[in-house]
Amino acid sequence: MSIDKETAAKVAKLARIKVEDDALPALAQEFNDILGFIEQLNEVDVDGVEPMVSVTPMRLKRRTDGVTDGNMQDKVLKNAPDAREGFFAVPKVVE
Amino acid sequence: MLDLTYDTPKPKVIAGAKHDWELVIGMEVHAQVASQAKLFSGASTKFGAEPNSNVSFVDAAMPGMLPVINEYCIEQAVRTGLGLKAEINLTSAFDRKNYFYPDLPQGYQISQLYHPLVGEGEIIVDMEPGIARKVRIERIHVEQDAGKSIHDMDPHMSFVDLNRTGVALMEIVSRPDIRGPEEAAAYIAKLRQILRYLGTCDGNMQNGNLRADVNVSICRPGQYEKYMETQDFSHLGTRCEIKNMNSMRFIQMAIEYEARRQIQIVEGGGKVDQETRLYDPDKNETRSMRSKEEAHDYRYFPCPDLLPLEIEQAWVDDIAASLPELPDEKKARFVKDFGLSEYDANVLTAEVVNAAYFEQVVTQADDGKLSANWVINELFGRLKKDDCDITDSPVSPAQLAGIIKLIKADTISGKMAKDLFEIVYTEGGNPEEIAEARGMKQVTDTGAIETAVDEIIAANPAQVEKAKQNPKLAGWFVGQVMKATGGKANPKAVNDIVAAKLGL
Repeated sequence: MSIDKETAAKVAKLARIKVEDDALPALAQEFNDILGFIEQLNEVDVDGVEPMVSVTPMRLKRRTDGVTDGNMQDKVLKNAPDAREGFFAVPKVVE
Repeated sequence: MLDLTYDTPKPKVIAGAKHDWELVIGMEVHAQVASQAKLFSGASTKFGAEPNSNVSFVDAAMPGMLPVINEYCIEQAVRTGLGLKAEINLTSAFDRKNYFYPDLPQGYQISQLYHPLVGEGEIIVDMEPGIARKVRIERIHVEQDAGKSIHDMDPHMSFVDLNRTGVALMEIVSRPDIRGPEEAAAYIAKLRQILRYLGTCDGNMQNGNLRADVNVSICRPGQYEKYMETQDFSHLGTRCEIKNMNSMRFIQMAIEYEARRQIQIVEGGGKVDQETRLYDPDKNETRSMRSKEEAHDYRYFPCPDLLPLEIEQAWVDDIAASLPELPDEKKARFVKDFGLSEYDANVLTAEVVNAAYFEQVVTQADDGKLSANWVINELFGRLKKDDCDITDSPVSPAQLAGIIKLIKADTISGKMAKDLFEIVYTEGGNPEEIAEARGMKQVTDTGAIETAVDEIIAANPAQVEKAKQNPKLAGWFVGQVMKATGGKANPKAVNDIVAAKLGL
């Protein structure tokens, strides 16, 4: 798989990261190096091998259905650049 | 299990300018799981709280916070799956669906794309007595809800409330087996009924606890049958998805509009683009959301914060054993055990509280049809007039059964029963005692009625002669007897005796 300039621009846009046009070729090259490195894994034959999801055999941890958290509007909003009347206030987004 | 047999309804046909067209509809319903806490955090799910008060640091996606799954939400989804006769996957897994929006602080929604918790099931969608559509369920997966953005509080800013962020949703995906706008509404109604019976979702559409994405395409008659035979979608038209509908009426109007729009395009030689559309109820039209669609590339991948969800068959079996009687079974039992019409059984089983009330009445009154009539016509009618729910009914099942027993025993007439019902409804009390105390008792003593008839006949020889010529005049005698007895005589007994005495 080869990443071209357009794909690099698309990935940057999806990640909402601004990348200047002249920086795109270098970014595409970096992606290609990373993917090339990872593609080495394709050399390993994994036919019939169960995918491993955890190094130690573990069961997904569960919680019971009880309200144990919340009620801290001030803390939740503390880092917001703008908050009004208990809401996060963000630049207008309308579909 | 009891089952009623049914025939398949005819698909809706829309006449275009050139051809007839049929509709093919599939639905993705998002049902909010009824639980105290959210899917991956301990914050409350309560609706209508102060903005951003039901929010934990997990929901706000603060750095380093990790999701821990609420087992009850999984139990609720499994219960829903079992209620829809679906297979339960003992291993499922969570994936991230990536997109940016202000009400999604994580930047991704945790969902189940590749390995859903629940597999194939079905819903029998009742259209009218004896007519129903079987709609196949493709899958149910569990996912997080997003927050709410409010756009009309400030001219330049959008306000974001994360209270709904992270609440558990079940996405219930149907196959494209729905064949018209009415069927689509009936599908939602039946699904909602089942969810409410199961107690897994409150079904409140107004609060957005049940909302649907509706996929609509059109095809020429005969094409759908080819699809059903082969499961090959190439026999069907290109579909459009109408997003986020939470009103049964609007769902029907949107489908109707969308079908006509597609017919116009295809008959004009054009091609329908597969896209997402929004319905505008003010203008009654659907509009493309294409600008948003292009930006969407969800880049799903397995959520590295969560191990696969492994559940045990024994746990599933326990949930299955605790399932309540579901609407189809209850309806069939009401028809069979109480001799009800399917129509009445439908009405009485629509809500589980109504069905429970009726069952208490019928077991005490021991007359299915009479009980159904009184619950549906008198009680529901009266409650509706007061805008009341059955749970607020001032008349208890025992009281209503008491009235019905008086009717059955011929103690009171139908007219008296209605008066008695009104007294019990407004004043309360024991129906039998009230009837006794207020002299509401029809005279069924034939001796007393005969005496009254004899007196009237003796006093009106001319009328007797006329009645012998014209039997219709017997009604005059019945009226006189009723008057003489203060309306308490059993009308049927009076009729019979008058006819016999007049020799008619």
